[in-house]
Amino acid sequence: MNIIFVLIPLGLVLLAFAIWAFFWAVGNGQFDDLDTPAWRILLDDDRRPPPQGNDSGPGEERKPDER
Amino acid sequence: MSASDICFHCGESVLTGRRYLVTMDDAARPVCCPGCKAVAEFIRDSGLSDYYAFRTANALRPEQPEADTVRPEWRAFDRPAVLERLTSASGEGRREALLLVEGVRCAACSWLIERSLGQVPGVIEVQVNPATARARLVWDPATSPLSKLLDGLARLGYRPHPVQAGAQASMAQRERRQAMKRLAVAGLGMMQVLTYAVSLYAGAFQGMDPGIQAFLRLISLLVATPVVLYSGFPFFQGAWRDLRARKPGMDVPVALAIGGAYVASLINGFRGVGEVYFDSVTMFVFLLSLGRFAEMAARHRAGEMSDALARLAPATALRLNPASGEAENIGVSELTPGDRLLVRAGDPFPADGALDSTSALVDESMLTGESRPVRRFADEPVIGGSLNVGDPVEMRVERIGADTVLSHVARLLQRAQAARPGLARSADLVARWFVVGVLIIAGGVAVSWSLLDPARAFEITLSVLVVTCPCALSLATPTALTAATTRLARTGLLVTRPDALEKFARADHVMFDKTGTLTRGRVSVTGVDMLGDLDHQRCLSIAAALERRSEHPIARAFADVPAAPAADPQVVPGFGVEGSVDGQRYRIGRPDFASGLVASANGSIIEITDGDVALGDRSGLIARFRLSDPLREGSRDAVARLTFLGMDAEIVSGDEAGTVAEAATATGINAFRYRQTPEDKLGRIRELQQQGHQVVAVGDGVNDAPVLAGADVSVAMSSGAPLAQTSADMMLMGESLIPLADGLQLSRQTLTVIRQNLAWALFYNLVALPLAAAGWVAPWMAAIGMSASSVLVILNSTRLARAKTPSPATTTPAGTGVHDLPAGEATR
Repeated sequence: MNIIFVLIPLGLVLLAFAIWAFFWAVGNGQFDDLDTPAWRILLDDDRRPPPQGNDSGPGEERKPDER
Repeated sequence: MSASDICFHCGESVLTGRRYLVTMDDAARPVCCPGCKAVAEFIRDSGLSDYYAFRTANALRPEQPEADTVRPEWRAFDRPAVLERLTSASGEGRREALLLVEGVRCAACSWLIERSLGQVPGVIEVQVNPATARARLVWDPATSPLSKLLDGLARLGYRPHPVQAGAQASMAQRERRQAMKRLAVAGLGMMQVLTYAVSLYAGAFQGMDPGIQAFLRLISLLVATPVVLYSGFPFFQGAWRDLRARKPGMDVPVALAIGGAYVASLINGFRGVGEVYFDSVTMFVFLLSLGRFAEMAARHRAGEMSDALARLAPATALRLNPASGEAENIGVSELTPGDRLLVRAGDPFPADGALDSTSALVDESMLTGESRPVRRFADEPVIGGSLNVGDPVEMRVERIGADTVLSHVARLLQRAQAARPGLARSADLVARWFVVGVLIIAGGVAVSWSLLDPARAFEITLSVLVVTCPCALSLATPTALTAATTRLARTGLLVTRPDALEKFARADHVMFDKTGTLTRGRVSVTGVDMLGDLDHQRCLSIAAALERRSEHPIARAFADVPAAPAADPQVVPGFGVEGSVDGQRYRIGRPDFASGLVASANGSIIEITDGDVALGDRSGLIARFRLSDPLREGSRDAVARLTFLGMDAEIVSGDEAGTVAEAATATGINAFRYRQTPEDKLGRIRELQQQGHQVVAVGDGVNDAPVLAGADVSVAMSSGAPLAQTSADMMLMGESLIPLADGLQLSRQTLTVIRQNLAWALFYNLVALPLAAAGWVAPWMAAIGMSASSVLVILNSTRLARAKTPSPATTTPAGTGVHDLPAGEATR
């Protein structure tokens, strides 16, 4: 049973680490918005914007990008 | 009406036919106006059309499209003095700005903004929080000026309002982060201590090596210390504040219990004999912190409402240079009393001051509730934030910043919102007396047990303090209100006054305004009858040309129609507009006015009903435009459900009998009153209230602010004026009235839940107190009992947040088909 004299302090060290990590995450704003990140994964990053000149005016004939 | 007649961008009905189309994913989609078209194309061309696939709410209808240049008033945000004030330095020459973004409605909006602004060179970081509609920007002003970023937001169809960073918002954020840290320490600590406690209890029954026992007790002490000192700190702080104010609140017995149990355990832990209560203490701290966290979240949500005021105060002004007389765009923070400003037509006055021009037409409805614009003459005061609805005028600044009327109103509003709802206040009052009682009883118990059995006196007193903690009592109301308001906000009904839910639940009479409430409030041309030789396209463009000049609501019906160039159009108040198009004189307006150009008035007089306008030239009347205001989708269903829930519905409108009766039939409301002035409406409310009714008034919030204020519960449509919204008890965020019916159902459930909670909390405390005083409850049992009673209250309240959404089967669009343009007239 003497092993618990090692394991319990080891658990405490892990606990301290977990709390430190949580504090870090909170301080970094990881918990400020809990809704958007869930959606972000659904939205496609791969769609490239079409090559455009300085004028981003409406182009009726311009085809949208392919998926 | 088919789905293709709904604007692809903003979801409103398309009344301009297929005039405006956007090619998206290889299909042509109809949009309702040039503004939506420009925004949709901009989104598509930026490669962000995924927005449309994933959004959960329709977009805000954008303003008329701007030319490709940055709006001049935003240039003021590039001035160093303004940047210095509104934004903060973020290192390496970068700056950080906080924007309130009107129109952010779902997570897809925040994705869209982050993607789109992220593509702008010089932008380091963009974060948009859809819950608070705030965007945080970190960018390099040397690469991209702020005006360019604001323009980028406007092109996406949003309306940005820079707010001063660092004020209220960051305070709320700091508080939230701090509370989360405290909660985490308490939660993790509690779990650790409980595992040790289980071993210790098991050891007490089965026998345990004394060395291991002492070790576990020491470790428990080690873990419980930060929980008590760090996570429990707010309770000690609160108790100290209560004691100094001589108003014992819930914090006093809580702090006594936590502090007493901790100190006793500390002493016993070091002595190695007697009980330790670290498990009870940590559990107590964690569960209490959890309740506080929920309450804080609700408070922050209420605070966001006052942000609406920030949008009213303009951020820029046009200052007239005293030397050259030229107008320059500057930030409002740069104004000093004595400055002379130019205020363009339709712009808000930037600060309080006096009028320099001879006269001005001012809309002060958002401050005074007075619906009609008032005329102000030279040297009379004008209020910052009110709108200049007449011609451009000049003014001189007298009061700025915190001295302005608007700032005072904002402070009043903040104070009103800081107040707790009546239900919670009475619960607090009960809890306060309860606390005093508990303290007295605990003292009595301590004294009598130390005479009877001194060894058990401390433990029993501790149990009494813990078990009778009136947490459940204090949580009963706020948790239910929080759950209900959150749930309602999700369905599109925003509760801005804490008392509103309670009153809404008790209401039995609902009064609708017609224009802008049951109807969309936007008059559209629904038909053209040709009376002369010109084709109807030509008639429309002539009409549009003349109406461009007018401020009358009817003129907005022609806003989406391309106009022919008109020369010197002149408004004849009360009648119409007269002007020349391509050398021909035309008149538009009332038929008698429109036919007035004919030298001898012998032209056939045609029957024209309310709301129609006629166009005439020298030969007589040439066209008649049928105008009407389409009914909101779902109005009929909403009314039906409200009636089913026992509400008497009634229309009280300022319009003519015909149109009001028509709206009443279409929505299924039997009672209606027409041609009512705001005073009449208010009188009707008073009359109903004297008969013992509780009245809900629903209006667009623009011209019926005083009416809304007189009702027991006021509901404003979010498309109304911004400040009128904040004076209403509730706001309907979407275009539909359905959430109102949902809200009524839920508010009644809320009241039931609150009553259940209060009854349970009182019952629990009355039963537990004698048991604990008799010495039958150990401190750990007391902690569990106290927590269980609170958890029960919280669980009961969360039932509201999860309450079933009323069946969507009743949401078929009603009455919209009537207003389709007749075939052949819709298209060119």
